[in-house]
Amino acid sequence: MATEMPASAIAPGFILDRCDAVPALIGRHEDFLIISGLAGTSRDVAALTRDGAHTYTMAGAMGGACMIGLGLALARPDKRVLVVTGDGELLMNIGALSTIAVLNPANLAIVCVDNGHYGETGYQKSHTSLGVDLEKIAAGSGIKATRTISARRELADGARLLREGNGTAFVVLRVKPTDPPAFKRNMDPSACRNRFRAALLGPS
Amino acid sequence: MDERNDAPARWQDELYDLLRGNNVTQFAYVPDAGHRILIDRSLADPGAYSVALTTEEEGVALLAGADLGGARGVLLMQSSGTGNCVNLLSLIKGGRFPFLTLVSMRGDFGEGNPWQFPMGQAVEPVLAAMGVICLRIERPEDVAPTVGAALTMVFQSGHAVAVLLTQKLLGAKQF
Repeated sequence: MATEMPASAIAPGFILDRCDAVPALIGRHEDFLIISGLAGTSRDVAALTRDGAHTYTMAGAMGGACMIGLGLALARPDKRVLVVTGDGELLMNIGALSTIAVLNPANLAIVCVDNGHYGETGYQKSHTSLGVDLEKIAAGSGIKATRTISARRELADGARLLREGNGTAFVVLRVKPTDPPAFKRNMDPSACRNRFRAALLGPS
Repeated sequence: MDERNDAPARWQDELYDLLRGNNVTQFAYVPDAGHRILIDRSLADPGAYSVALTTEEEGVALLAGADLGGARGVLLMQSSGTGNCVNLLSLIKGGRFPFLTLVSMRGDFGEGNPWQFPMGQAVEPVLAAMGVICLRIERPEDVAPTVGAALTMVFQSGHAVAVLLTQKLLGAKQF
């Protein structure tokens, strides 16, 4: 288990606790098909949904979460798709935001849980602790509906944006660099694929 | 217009119809002359999504997402792009996702650009190491039957297959 950061190492604005803020932002998780990035966000999503069959939670293939979400959103325009990923996972394939913005699917929303650190590998600082602004990158990529949320009073507006559907939405959720909820989830990528497809598509 | 002969127009049109006839609806690519007709047909097709990528690995993840939703896709890329895909192929292999890619080869038969050789020559061993079966095509008459075989292997048997469109088929780019 990784240790928490000393307060002096945390950039200002990273104050929310992900264990409360992620569930508050997502709200009724059954409203979405959910793809999560590595480590922290997969544990956030698994704990929130009790490892639900409407989620595909990754533990590898870093940098793939947003594009899995795009493929799913294009395949199922009748469903709302939510990608929940971390700052490190998103930064690894930041060009995906440009690819997504060009298509701008109305049923896709992306939440980046930004703790400014690579939590899984020992809380080394990520670029977002050092001046990189993911909301500006998303906006500059062409995504029109963007927000940065760093206080509790902003969560309701973010929750509304995730469900609005005028185009792809992108929300940065700034949280302090503390551990995600402990939750033991199924980590077999093939079993989880079959589970997800069976729940969505019925027996094949 | 590149220097390659115009025969690709015929087999690429047939190839597009074959893919669409097998319910492939997501066409992902980094622009490439070897796939020009497939890309243009997908852009003009209201029944298909034409997804321009910034890097090929985005396409690997896209196709996994398409499969989760019950849709089919294909990744069109140049041999250089296979190198960009490697870690994302963990998702395909580990998740046993169906995966179809058409690779226009460089660094191959008659190549005149020395920069293309390292990745071009590594395509088959790299893909094989990640569990992707490679089928090479050298003659236009082999395109439809080979891609037809690949469609069965991918969407019926759930395998990962790369169809390599070689420089004997495409012609080597002139410098």
